[in-house]
Amino acid sequence: MLSQQDMLEAERHGRQVRSIYVYEAPVRLWHWINALAMVVLAVSGYFIGKPLPTMPGEASDNFLLGYIRFAHFAAAYIFAVGLAGRVYWAFVGNHHSRQIFKLPIFNGHWWSEVFFELRWYLFLEKQPKKYVGHNPMAQLMMFFFFTVLAFGMLCTGFALYGEGLGLGSWADRLFGWVIPMLGGSMQTHSLHRLGMWIMMSFVVVHVYAAIREDIMSRQSLISTMISGWRMFKD
Amino acid sequence: MTETFYEVLRRQGITRRSFMKFCSLTATSLGLGSAFVPKIAHALENKPRTPVIWLHGLECTCCSESFIRSAHPLTKDVVLSMLSLDYDDTLMAAAGHQAEAIIEEVKKKYKGNYIVAVEGNPPLNEDGMFCIHGGRPFVEVLKETCADAKAIISWGACASYGCVQAAKPNPTRATPVHKVITDKPIVRVPGCPPIAEVMTGVVTYMLTFDKIPELDRQGRPKMFYGQRIHDKCYRRPHFDAGQFVENWDDDAARKGYCLYKMGCKGPTTYNACSSMRWNGGVSWPVQSGHGCIGCSEDGFWDKGSFYDRVTDIKQFAIEGNADKVGGTAAGVVGAAVAAHAAVTALARARSDKQGDNQNSGDKQ
Ligand code: HEM
Ligand code: HEM
Ligand code: SF4
Ligand code: SF4
Repeated sequence: MLSQQDMLEAERHGRQVRSIYVYEAPVRLWHWINALAMVVLAVSGYFIGKPLPTMPGEASDNFLLGYIRFAHFAAAYIFAVGLAGRVYWAFVGNHHSRQIFKLPIFNGHWWSEVFFELRWYLFLEKQPKKYVGHNPMAQLMMFFFFTVLAFGMLCTGFALYGEGLGLGSWADRLFGWVIPMLGGSMQTHSLHRLGMWIMMSFVVVHVYAAIREDIMSRQSLISTMISGWRMFKD
Repeated sequence: MTETFYEVLRRQGITRRSFMKFCSLTATSLGLGSAFVPKIAHALENKPRTPVIWLHGLECTCCSESFIRSAHPLTKDVVLSMLSLDYDDTLMAAAGHQAEAIIEEVKKKYKGNYIVAVEGNPPLNEDGMFCIHGGRPFVEVLKETCADAKAIISWGACASYGCVQAAKPNPTRATPVHKVITDKPIVRVPGCPPIAEVMTGVVTYMLTFDKIPELDRQGRPKMFYGQRIHDKCYRRPHFDAGQFVENWDDDAARKGYCLYKMGCKGPTTYNACSSMRWNGGVSWPVQSGHGCIGCSEDGFWDKGSFYDRVTDIKQFAIEGNADKVGGTAAGVVGAAVAAHAAVTALARARSDKQGDNQNSGDKQ
C-alpha cells in the first residue's frame, strides 16, 4: 500500500518538485543518536565478553572493566529511551515513520518490489526504481535485522542488567523472565553476544547500501537522513 | 499421637542445651535474627514432626555425601535424626520389603502431610527401565510417593535440571523432577552437590516453619540462590579493575586476580559458595584458584568449555559459540559487501564507457 502510494507520489511530484520531505526531525535525530549508541554498545559489549589484557598495578588504582561496563549501560539507556521515543513517533509521525515497525506483507505489489530490489542488487536490473520512503528491500531488512533484533537486545540486555541490580529490582521484575526462558544466564549472555554480531552484520550491509544507493540510485539517501528531504535526480 | 521433633531428639539423647544451640545456629544460617530462636524452639517442641521420605533416582549420591558433612555436627545429628527415622534407602538401617513398607506406611499415616526429598531424577526412556527402585521403575515409585506429599525438595542439579545424566545426547531421557511431578510445590536446591549448610538450612526451614521458603522464578530458595557467585566474590575488585588471570601459571594467578578469562562462570551462576563457602567455610573453588564451573545452573554440562567465557550456544546443532557463529557471519557479510562493491564499480565503469550512464547518478 505504502509503496504504491509512494510510487504515485514520486511519479507525480518527481519531475516538478524534485524533493519531498520524508524523515521528520525526530526520526533523523534518533537515527544518528541510535547509530552512535549502537557503536558504543557493540565495542564495549565485545570487551565485556573478551576483556582487554590485564591492567598493571593495584586493583584500587584501576577500574577499566568497570568503565567499559558503565559505557555499555549508559549507551544502553540511551538506546532504550531512544527506541521508546521512536516507537512513540511511529504513532504520531508521518507514514514513513511507521515503515520499520510494520511490513505490508499482504500486499502483493510490495512483494514484487522486494524482488525487484533483489534483482537490482544482483545486477539483473539496469534501472533502479524511485521510492519516497525506504525501498521495500531495505524495509524488510530493517524490520527483521533492526527492529526485531533491537527489541531482542533490549530484553536480553535488561534481563542481564537485572541480575546485577538484584532480585526484585525493576529490571528483574520487568525482564527477569527472559533468563529462564532462554535456558539460563550463560545462555542469555551468549545469545546477547550473538545478537551483537547480527546487528553488526546489518550495520555493514546497511551502511554499504546507503552509500551505494546514494551513488547509484535516482534519489538522495544519506543527505535525506540528515536534512529530511528526498531529492530526485531525474 | 505423633511425636514432636523435640521428643524425638530427647529420645535420641540430645540435651536441651544442644537443642537450643541448634535452634540459634539454624536461625543464623537462615538469616533470621535472634528473636527467631525461641520461635524455632517453640515450633520444634510443639509441632508434630513432619516425616521426610528421601528418594534416590539417577544420581551419584554426591548430594547425600555433601549433606552428611554439614559443618556443624549438631545440625547434622539433629537433621539426620529427623530424616533417617523415615525413609532414605542410602542411610537407613532397614532393607528390602521392610524398607519399602515404610513408604506405604508414611503415605497412609501422614497423607498430604509429609515431604518427599528427591535426589537424582527419573529416566523416562524404555518405560523408565534405566533406573529400578525396589524392582520397579523409579519413575513409578516417584509418582506414587509424591501423590500424597505436601511438598517436594529437588536435591541437586540432577533433580532440579537433569545434570550429567541429562547431558547430551541423554540416552535414558533423564528428566528433572518438576517435569514429572507437576501438581505439587517443588523447592529446587541445585548444585553438584549443593552446599551442605544450604541443604540442612532448607530442610530445617521447611520442618520448623511448616511452609516452603520464598522461591525465585526457577523455584530456588531466595535466601541461598538470590545472588550470583560474582556478586559476592572476593576477587570482584580485580574484575572491575580489569585484572585477570590469563594463564594458570602466570603472576596474576599467584596474586589471586579474577578468573573471568579462565572461564569462571561466577557471573552467570546463582549459588551461595562465595558467601557460605564449602566444608565448613574452609574454602571454595575461586578461593582455591579455579573458576566456578556453574554447577548449579541449568544444563551446565552442555554449555561448552569450563575454561572459556564465550561458550557454546545450545540451540545450534553444530559446535559453535557466539563469536564463532556471529564472527563468521559478520566476516562473510563483510566479504560479500566488498565483492558486491567491486562488481558494482566494474559494472558502473563499463556502462560509463559505453555511454550508457542513465543510472550512474550523474546530473542530466
Ligand atoms: C543492540 C544493542 C546491544 C549490543 C550490541 C550489546 C552487546 C553486548 C555484548 C557483546 C555483551 C557481552 C556479552 C558476553 O560476552 O557476555 C553485552 C553484555 C551485556 N549487555 Fe549488552 N548489548 C546491547 C544492548 C544492551 C542493553 C539495551 C542492555 C541493558 C541494560 C545491555 C546490558 C548488558 C549487560 C548487563 C551485559 C553483561 C555485562 C556483564 O556481564 O558484566 N545491553 N552486551
Ligand atoms: C550503527 C549503526 C546504524 C544503525 C543501527 C542504523 C539503523 C537505521 C535504521 C533503523 C534506519 C531506519 C530509520 C527509520 O525509518 O526510522 C536507518 C535509515 C538510514 N540510515 Fe542508518 N543506521 C546506522 C548507521 C548509518 C550510517 C553510518 C549511515 C550513513 C552512511 C546510515 C544511513 C542511513 C540512511 C541513508 C537511512 C535512510 C534509508 C532510506 O531512506 O531508505 N545509517 N538506519
Ligand atoms: S573470579 Fe569469577 S566470580 Fe570472582 S569476580 Fe572473577 S568472574 Fe566473578
Ligand atoms: S563455585 Fe560454582 S561450580 Fe563451584 S560449587 Fe559453587 S556453583 Fe558449583
